[in-house]
Amino acid sequence: MQKNILELKNISYSYHTLQGETPALKNISFDVKEGEFVAIVGPSGCGKSTLLSIIADLIQPESGTIAFNNPDGSLHYPKVGYMLQHDHLFEWRTVYKNVILGLEINHQLTKEKLDYVDQLLIDYDLDRFRNSRPSELSGGMKQRAALIRTLAMGPELLLLDEPFSALDYQTRLMVSADICKLIRKTGKTVILITHDLAEAVSLADRIIVLSKRPATVKETVPIHLTLPDDSPLAARHAPEFQDYFSYLWEVLTDENH
Amino acid sequence: MKITKRELSMQENYIKMHRRHHHLITFWRLMIFIGFLFLWEISADMGWIDSFFFSSPSRVVQCFLSLCADRSIFLHIGITLWETVFSFLLVFLISLAVSTILWYSNRLSEILEPYLVILNSLPKSALAPLFIVWLGTGTTTIIVAGISVAIFGSIISFYTGFKQVDPEKITLIYTLGGRKKDAFTKVILPGSIPTMISTTKVNIGLALVGVIIGEFLAARRGLGYLIIYGSQVFQLNMVITSIIILCIIAFGFYKGIQCIEHRMRAALKM
Repeated sequence: MQKNILELKNISYSYHTLQGETPALKNISFDVKEGEFVAIVGPSGCGKSTLLSIIADLIQPESGTIAFNNPDGSLHYPKVGYMLQHDHLFEWRTVYKNVILGLEINHQLTKEKLDYVDQLLIDYDLDRFRNSRPSELSGGMKQRAALIRTLAMGPELLLLDEPFSALDYQTRLMVSADICKLIRKTGKTVILITHDLAEAVSLADRIIVLSKRPATVKETVPIHLTLPDDSPLAARHAPEFQDYFSYLWEVLTDENH
Repeated sequence: MKITKRELSMQENYIKMHRRHHHLITFWRLMIFIGFLFLWEISADMGWIDSFFFSSPSRVVQCFLSLCADRSIFLHIGITLWETVFSFLLVFLISLAVSTILWYSNRLSEILEPYLVILNSLPKSALAPLFIVWLGTGTTTIIVAGISVAIFGSIISFYTGFKQVDPEKITLIYTLGGRKKDAFTKVILPGSIPTMISTTKVNIGLALVGVIIGEFLAARRGLGYLIIYGSQVFQLNMVITSIIILCIIAFGFYKGIQCIEHRMRAALKM
């Protein structure tokens, strides 16, 4: 039995303006197991990104608790890697200087970490471009560079905030397949935010459906696909794919659910 | 025997048109310059304008040579150059420091905003007499005058540039475990270099304006002093010669900054 790496209990959050209070999250509770790939879907503007920001400790919830179970049993924060919607690679740095940005900020430019980065660059086929500028990379390569930048710090939990939505459809299918295969290989725990149901079904072990604002957990759907291999493109041809898709669509659009 | 005439390819044709365009631009720029000098000289010689008031290119050259002969002109040019460069460097450093502090503290920048706007729109030449009373006549007053003209606009431009950096890029730094200091050194500062360079281009000109105003009122040396002195003794040749030297200095500064800009862009590949 895998243990929970993350437990959220009754998380609530509201945005405040002079015009009034906008509740974004209401009593959100769920667990994430170690090594699990969880997708969170919900209508746009329902507060999905707010939820990730809370998990990443960028903002504090107004109420509720987040508990992390670290391998050593301590309660201190596990390393969270947060991949944003856009790659935000800096044009004034080379690709290599971009991917070591996190290490540079945290004063972790040790031989061990830099060797790991070198290995990732080779594995992700970016080694040839280490001295190039980000603008010379394709959309997919930029996302991979952004992933290396996140992985370089050795996070135990990866948060992906619609990391493929800035790409065109064809690139997106290729890149999401590509990136997710790479992430699965590392065995990291992943929380993926998306509004693309097909993407969620094809990638995740479990899907958490959020309601519209203020977001609550509508339903949690475990995904079991019969797969010839592990690629997300193959997942779209699995016999159960269409049923999951229709079911999720129903849950998502059902007002009274 | 048949002569095969080689057709120009579209690319060669394009390059040819491009060169021609540039030659034409350079030609007309020179023509305006030469034509102006020619017309000026002719009008003065023919008596269409009074050369006592309007001088003429030949008289300017003569005046310049005579000023060169006793070497005084080099002192005047040197002083003005030195004062301008010094004020400009101080403007750059002070506005970098102040805009950094303003960026760090939203509250402070909000409090100070109206003051900056007022000080920026105030005609700084109005302050020059005060500087003389406070600081005496001398280099300090002139440098303070040079700084006062450029500083407020420069702070506002730097600060606006800092604020225009994509907030998501700052979020990225936080997601990587960085703090506000990291956001500043890794994103804000390198991301604002283009804004800082364009502000700098304006500032060097403004510093020159301030220095000349200062020299009008509180100097015994410098091109500003030469202009005022020349007008007082009705040596208008001297005044116009100084103004032409100022034109050349302003152009030189602009080119210098442009050169630095190209180098930085090449180094940072922006």
